[in-house]
Parts: sequence; C-alpha cells; structure tokens
Amino acid sequence: MAARAAVGTSLAGGRTVVSRLSSAPPLTLRQTGPRTVHLVSTAAGPLGGDRLELDLDIAPGTSLEVGSVASTLVLPGDGESVMVITARVGAGASLRFAPQPTVLAAGCFHRLVVRLTLAAGAHVFWREEIVFGRYGEAPGRCHARFDATYDGRPLLRQEYTVGDPALGASPAVYGDARCIGTTLVTPETTTPTPAAPAPAAQGLAVSRAVVARGAAVSRSASEAVAGDGAAVSRTVPRTVAADDPAVSRTAAGAVVADGVAVLPLAGPGVLVSALGADAVELRRRLEWGEGVALGDLAGAACPS
Amino acid sequence: MNPALLLLTDSRLPAGGHAHSGGTEQAIATGAVHDLASLAAFLRGRLHTSGHVAAALAAAACTLSATRSPDTLWDLLDAEADARTASPAQRDASRTQGRLLLRVARRLWPSPALDGLAQAVPNPHHPIALGAAAHAAGASPEDAALAAAYHAITGSATAAVRLLGLDPVAVHGLLADLAPDLAATASMADMGAHSTEPPGASGTPLADRSWAELPARSAPALDLLAERHAGAKVRLFVS
Amino acid sequence: MGANHDDHHHAPDHHGRALRLGVGGPVGSGKTALVAALCRTLGGSLRLGVVTNDIYTTEDADFLRRAGVLDQERILAVETGCCPHTAIRDDIAANLDAVETLEDRFGPLDLVIVESGGDNLTATFSRGLADRQIFVLDVSGGDKVPRKGGPGVTSADLLVINKTDLAPLVDADLGVMARDAAAVRGDRPVLFTSIRQDPSAAAVAAWVSEQAHSWPHEPVPAA
Repeated sequence: MAARAAVGTSLAGGRTVVSRLSSAPPLTLRQTGPRTVHLVSTAAGPLGGDRLELDLDIAPGTSLEVGSVASTLVLPGDGESVMVITARVGAGASLRFAPQPTVLAAGCFHRLVVRLTLAAGAHVFWREEIVFGRYGEAPGRCHARFDATYDGRPLLRQEYTVGDPALGASPAVYGDARCIGTTLVTPETTTPTPAAPAPAAQGLAVSRAVVARGAAVSRSASEAVAGDGAAVSRTVPRTVAADDPAVSRTAAGAVVADGVAVLPLAGPGVLVSALGADAVELRRRLEWGEGVALGDLAGAACPS
Repeated sequence: MNPALLLLTDSRLPAGGHAHSGGTEQAIATGAVHDLASLAAFLRGRLHTSGHVAAALAAAACTLSATRSPDTLWDLLDAEADARTASPAQRDASRTQGRLLLRVARRLWPSPALDGLAQAVPNPHHPIALGAAAHAAGASPEDAALAAAYHAITGSATAAVRLLGLDPVAVHGLLADLAPDLAATASMADMGAHSTEPPGASGTPLADRSWAELPARSAPALDLLAERHAGAKVRLFVS
Repeated sequence: MGANHDDHHHAPDHHGRALRLGVGGPVGSGKTALVAALCRTLGGSLRLGVVTNDIYTTEDADFLRRAGVLDQERILAVETGCCPHTAIRDDIAANLDAVETLEDRFGPLDLVIVESGGDNLTATFSRGLADRQIFVLDVSGGDKVPRKGGPGVTSADLLVINKTDLAPLVDADLGVMARDAAAVRGDRPVLFTSIRQDPSAAAVAAWVSEQAHSWPHEPVPAA
C-alpha cells in the first residue's frame, strides 16, 4: 500500500490555521485542537510492502502540535515497509512532533526516514522513540535515518540500525537497552508577541534555579498557555540540582544521567538521547532530558 | 596501499592519539567493558558506528583535497562532521585530535591542501584532518577510510590493555578478527566518497548525491559514555 | 572546539618564544611543590605559564590553582592516558599544543613550565618540547638513586635533590648523593633543597631565572 498524508498551516489574522489536512489511510489525521493534529490509525501497520509518507508544512509564524493516539506497530509483510516523514518549518514557526513510539514487531523489515528542514528561527521539538519488539519479543529489522538542516546548514544527521544482534548489543551502541529515543529541540530565537504575565498558579513545577532566571521562566511559562509560539513549550523546563551525584554536567554544557544525555549540538539546538529497558523507562528519561534541554535553552535565551 | 598509510596509522605517530580511549575508560568504569568478550563487542560496535562515519568523512576529505579549489568547502564538510557528532565531548575530542594531526601532517607532508584546511578550519574534525593528510601523503580515499576505521578501534583496544591488564596478544587478536570488517568499512566509505559530491559540484545548487547522504550511524551508548567521561572527576584519558 | 585550547591558529614558531622548562621526576619527589615555589618566586619578574601532566585528572593543576601562585587561566592540564612519559617524550603533541595555547593567549611569555606526571627514572623530556629540564629526586628514595643514574639523573640540565630535611630520618647521606651525582653528571649542576624549609626554592629559582634571562626572546616590556 502506498499512502501520502499531509498537514499544512497558514497564518490568518495573526493566528495559526490548519489550512491543509489530507489523510490517506492508514495515515488518518484528525484536528484535535486549534493548533493540534493527531494521527489515528485506521488500519494495521505499516506492513511489509507499505510505503507511507507524511508531509508537514509549517508556515512562518505559525504553530502546530502533532501527536498520535497510539503507538505504531510495524509488522512483517511482503518486503520492506517504508515510512517517510518530511517536515518544513518556517521562520518563527513552531512545531511540536511527539507521537507515540514505533514498535518493531518480530520479523518486520522497516525503514524510517525523517527529513526536517528548519528555517532560521524555526522552533522545533521533535521526539522519536523506537521500541525493539513487543514485550518479550525479539525485534524485526529497522533502519532509521534522521536528517535535520537549519537555515540551509546541516544540524543533525543520525542513523540507527535495529535488529542486528551482533551490533545492537554492543556496549558501544545500545548495550542491554530495549528501546532508544531522541528529542531534538531548537531554541526559540524570535521574540514572541507579548503575552499575559506569567500565571502564578498554573501548577508548573519549576525548580528553584529556573525561577532565579526570572525573565526566561515567565516567558516560557506564559507561552505554555497563550500565544502562537506555544506548541513547543508544553514540556516544563527544569534545571539540574548541582549536588545530584547521579547527574553530571560537563564544561561544554552537556548533562548526563542514568541512560539519558542532553547534548548541545554544534548548531542551534539540543539533542536529548536516551536508552531504556522498556518504553516507560525510555519516556521517563526522555522527558527528564527534555525538561533540562528546555530549561537550558530558556536560560541561554535570557539576555542576562 | 600507499606506505604513508603505515605512518598515519602507527600509534607512535606523535599526534596525541595515545591519550584518547574513545569511551573505553568510561565503559570500563561502568563495568560495560570488563573482559575480552565485552571488549570485542565494544570494538565491533565502535567500528560499525563512529568508525564507519569517520571512514566516510576521511574518504570525502581525501577526495575533496584532490579537487581544484577545496578551500571554500572545508567548512561545509566539517559542518557535516559536526551534524554527525551530537555529543559535545566527542566533538571536542575529535577536534583536538584533528588539530594535532593537522599540525604533524603539515610538517611531514607540506601541501597547499593542508594549508587551505588549516586556514579554513583550524581545528578540523579528526577524520577530515586524516583524509586531507592522507591525500597530502599520496594515499587514496580508500586508504584514508581504512586509516580512519583503524584509528576508531586501536586507541580503544590499547586503553583496555592498559586499564584492564588484558593479555595484549589476545587484544590484538580481536583487532585481527576485525580485519575483514575494516576492509569492508573502507571499501564502503570509498564507494560513498566517489558517489557523493560536494554540494554544487555538478553546477546545480545541490548535487543529487551530496555529502548530506554520507553515513551517519549513531551510537547512543558512546555518546553517554563520552559525556560521563567529560564530567568525571578522575580520569586517565582525554576521551 | 577544544574546551581548553580552541584558539590555536598557526604552526609552531620557534623564534622569540618563551623558554620551555620541563620538570620531571618520580612520583612524590616534590615536582608540583617545586613548580609552585618557582611561580611564587619568579612570578613577579617573569611572565609565566604552566602545563601540568597529571596521571589522574587535574589534581596537580588544581593544587597549583588553589595555591594562588599564578592566574588560574595560565595553568593548563594535559591528560596522558596512563603514559606520562609518552606525553613528554614520544608523543609531545598535546603538551606542545597546550604550551602554544598559553603563548597565544597570554604571550609574549618568558617561561612556560611543563610539569610531567610522576614517572620512573628513565623519563626525560623530548628536546622538541623542553629547552631545559629539571629532574627532581628526593632523599627518601634512598641515597643510592643518583648512583643508579638513568637518563633523568644523568642528562637533566639541573638535578634537584629535594626534601633534604628528611635525610636524617631515612638515613640518607647527602654527601654520597652529591658525589654519585657528580660522577654521572660531570659539570651539570646539582642543587639540594628542602621546599618545606625554603618555600621560595631560592637556589633553583635563581638557576631558572638565569636560564630564562639568557634565552633569546622578546624581552619583558619596560614597566
């Protein structure tokens, strides 16, 4: 089966409008909020032989959040299954892409391709999680390639191969982990429209050190509830306690804890990279790292 | 094979490589590498991920050195190496080794290409310095790739001998076992270098097959180890 | 970019640069204390930089920084991957890089001291790294060490025998040490010190100062 779905945004009267929403089963898209779209699966798969494409086009100055209602279970079939996700994020646009994990069922033969083209000032939060087989199951094979460019320059290029036991179990590669996840976060570089003052009682668990940063906090907290630049800031920024022995921060600004590293890239952005024994552990580690990344980026964006 | 390759891959080349373990010291500290078998798996994983990428970049750098005016493109190739190295600690280790190698190479094999690289990128990623040095020494892109792949595992193997007290002959046996993988890695990197071109080389803004498509195999565990190492209070090796 | 030395842009230039002084010797002989003393005594008259080669992490560099004998930025640490002698003799690349980084950042300098990681009696500095070298022994290793020789003892430009205050406690005969050292060293100088008793290491500092002042390089600008 070949299917191509697409989402596009445009700016109308200063607000984001989802101006294109094109489903193609099994890639079915539902708009679930003013700036939110979810993938709902309307068929099993992808199955071997499928070629699925998802295009995301986020116009300059607009904001979109893409999620999925369930994990993607990749199943065997007739040959290779391919999933290609292409996203273009314009200047000052904001995209949060955080679907449920991709689970590689036994016997699958999958290729995942992500191409992310970010304009200068594009604000992105892009999470990928890959689970090596269902519970107690050896995974099929998967090759994932992730390419992100920022303002025409290479920002991040990564490839993951799953299902080669001689390699995957290497202590240099995945060790004994059963799932891998990454989140790419690029900093917000445009000045957002002045939003309401930071809501004091939003229940945001902001740590002491972030509070000390003042301006940065009030901005990201306010964006979480208002403004078109909101999509990425759904994750609560956090900082690392300096005295936590399980966490170390390097001189170059990387933060590492058990199974998760927050890696400032050479270009504008931070990669959170995590390994986990299961999807729950992986998500917990990723979310922790995402919080650190957003906290660091907010701090870096603070003029002081 | 060009004899200069022997010099480039010799651990006695005075280019600072002896102080880098490529994550091995930290892998030993965490217990992930503790004997010959776990070291073998570590080396294999390292070769097929970061070693594979390094080989491809070295071949591309060697190929670029041979072009008429490489100087404006060093920066872009170096950015491609950056994009494939998410870990700041690994970027730092790579650039430190690249800078030291470039300095040695400019004294051993003075050449306009090496001068151009030093001018454009004073602290190049190691595979890029290695590819340029290989060209200056008269070696081919495949030689450069082989040197890069070999470099990706020898430092780690030596570090394990020093830190775990393993039988050095047994550890060299592991390296010998990887010889076919080294050859395959170099050959693949060489094919990649020939089939990819610098952006714009074909007169179009972006050639269909550009450096963007060079391998980018990631090793999350190596990233974690590198950052743990960089944050460690006690360490013997730079990386 | 290198976290420590990211601003080195040119090939080594051997004209007009600072004197490079290697300080080597076995573990615990007092190399770091001597370097601290030299910085303390010479810091007012010479423009200094220091490179340390710790065996473990940056302990020696941290000691020097805490001692407050020199601006922290003028002390760089180099890791040596279990092989301190390799870093000063066979593969001097990282040390040269650190020395040149100091000269780039703070130059012109008059003297850059490279302190080796503690090693054995065979460890000496490459002439490609150090213009002069001091080998530091201490009396507690026994008064027969100079007789045993080794490249450090025989070929160093200055042999320093430290911790003379301990000589009676360890039954070491300083006369024997002086005689044996002279026998293997010919005219090259030997100085006996106790940095504990003389924190300025006056005699060693005077020797170093003389070396630095007779080294052709860009002079200290008139105050």
